[in-house]
Amino acid sequence: MTRWVMIADLRRCVGCQTCTAACKHTNATPPEVQWRRVLDMELGEYPDVKRVFVPVGCMHCADPPCMHVCPSTATKQRADGIVTIDYDLCIGCAYCAVACPYQARYKTDKPEFAYGAPMESEAKRHDPGRYGVATKCTFCSDRVDAGLEKGLKPGIDPDASPACVNSCIAQALHFGDIEDKASNVSQLLAENQFFRMHEELGTEPGFYYLWDKK
Amino acid sequence: MSGFGPNPWIQRHWDWRAAANFVFGGAGSGLILAAALALPLGPARAVSLPLGLALVALGLTCVWLEIGRPWRALHVFFNARTSWMTREAFAGIALFGVTVAAFFRPGDWMEFVLGFFALLFAWCQAMILRASKGIPAWREPKVIPFILATSLGEGAALAVVLAVAYNMPSPLAYGLLAVALLARAAAWMVYVASVAPKLRGAPQAALVAVTPVLLWIGTFGALALAALAAALPRHFAMLLALAAAAAAILAGWHAKRTLVTRASLNQGFSLPNLPTRGAR
Repeated sequence: MTRWVMIADLRRCVGCQTCTAACKHTNATPPEVQWRRVLDMELGEYPDVKRVFVPVGCMHCADPPCMHVCPSTATKQRADGIVTIDYDLCIGCAYCAVACPYQARYKTDKPEFAYGAPMESEAKRHDPGRYGVATKCTFCSDRVDAGLEKGLKPGIDPDASPACVNSCIAQALHFGDIEDKASNVSQLLAENQFFRMHEELGTEPGFYYLWDKK
Repeated sequence: MSGFGPNPWIQRHWDWRAAANFVFGGAGSGLILAAALALPLGPARAVSLPLGLALVALGLTCVWLEIGRPWRALHVFFNARTSWMTREAFAGIALFGVTVAAFFRPGDWMEFVLGFFALLFAWCQAMILRASKGIPAWREPKVIPFILATSLGEGAALAVVLAVAYNMPSPLAYGLLAVALLARAAAWMVYVASVAPKLRGAPQAALVAVTPVLLWIGTFGALALAALAAALPRHFAMLLALAAAAAAILAGWHAKRTLVTRASLNQGFSLPNLPTRGAR
């Protein structure tokens, strides 16, 4: 069985937001919607201050609260762990958004463009089906599926990997199958100390953060 | 959970329209429940049922105005297996049917069914909050008794007004009001004691500020006015019952509005460990 997960190496992330830009470019999300965000955290007080860059987004939880609360069954979970939204079923009640402990879901009620009127690129990729419904990171499932059909390996071959992972200049983001003990992500988790965010809520996120070697 | 991470912020997905569903739906189902429990057959009960349904319908209409795709509203019925919103919708449909039936064919067993579905609707509303894992003030299990108690308290307050208005003295309605308001006050105190330490800033202050309103106006003030209404002649009783109901209901609505729109902090992001820097 396959379980796709993502890893962010907090020691490597430099906060360049290239992943955010790559995600927006790939998924044509409207302004202020960032399926892949990088938080710029300042922690502590002067002179003992630390700065940490933390990529966040949909954690593709194994036990996703967003799916359980969804009244329309628009939110589903694939066998490979990717949590999806069917825009044709979603009623835009935003119950999933308040159920998500990771603030990963967005709802845009009306068309919004970067400079008011749509630019040519925005007009070309404008999708009315994504207004008034919940949207979020898909782990670029279309790229993963297309890559698998070509016999490529997600997380290794760029054509089968999420755009944010491909774009990361510091190799801080990794994607792969955690059920495969020989995969890149399994190896990273075996060699490093890691945590998952808000693990106490029992959602079993599919997004791991590396913070030190073992 | 560690202390590393940016501050939480108030969710903006659910606004007054969602709060109105809890406000009106809770009062409406509470009125139907109170009518089933405490109002004798007669004009007061006959008015209470359509009034309760109207409040429930008003609440559902408000939340319908909030959804992004209102013409797909029927999709709300698709996930009874796990979604409390779906269950609330089904409970609402059942409540409408049972209430209409009870209006035309009242009877002992019908009162039981009526009370059951009114309670079920209020229960679904409480569980909608409970299942919202992203909002600490909502996912707290102690929110359930408060939502149920305030629903019954608001409903009992309306039932007392109707009983007085139609000159149908109902000691049971007064008793129900007293029990429900005291239970609501206790449930709120327990809830706030559990949740307030998990919040901070204005949302915490907003939640704590509800307590005196709920206690002094919504409970003790309302009960004192209701006691006077029970003791005085009908002419005065009507005004006093109205004032008691207004105090009990508005305090409950204030608490629910605060809960949904002002105390609804998410939990932000937090890191149990910070990344190591440099060679080790």
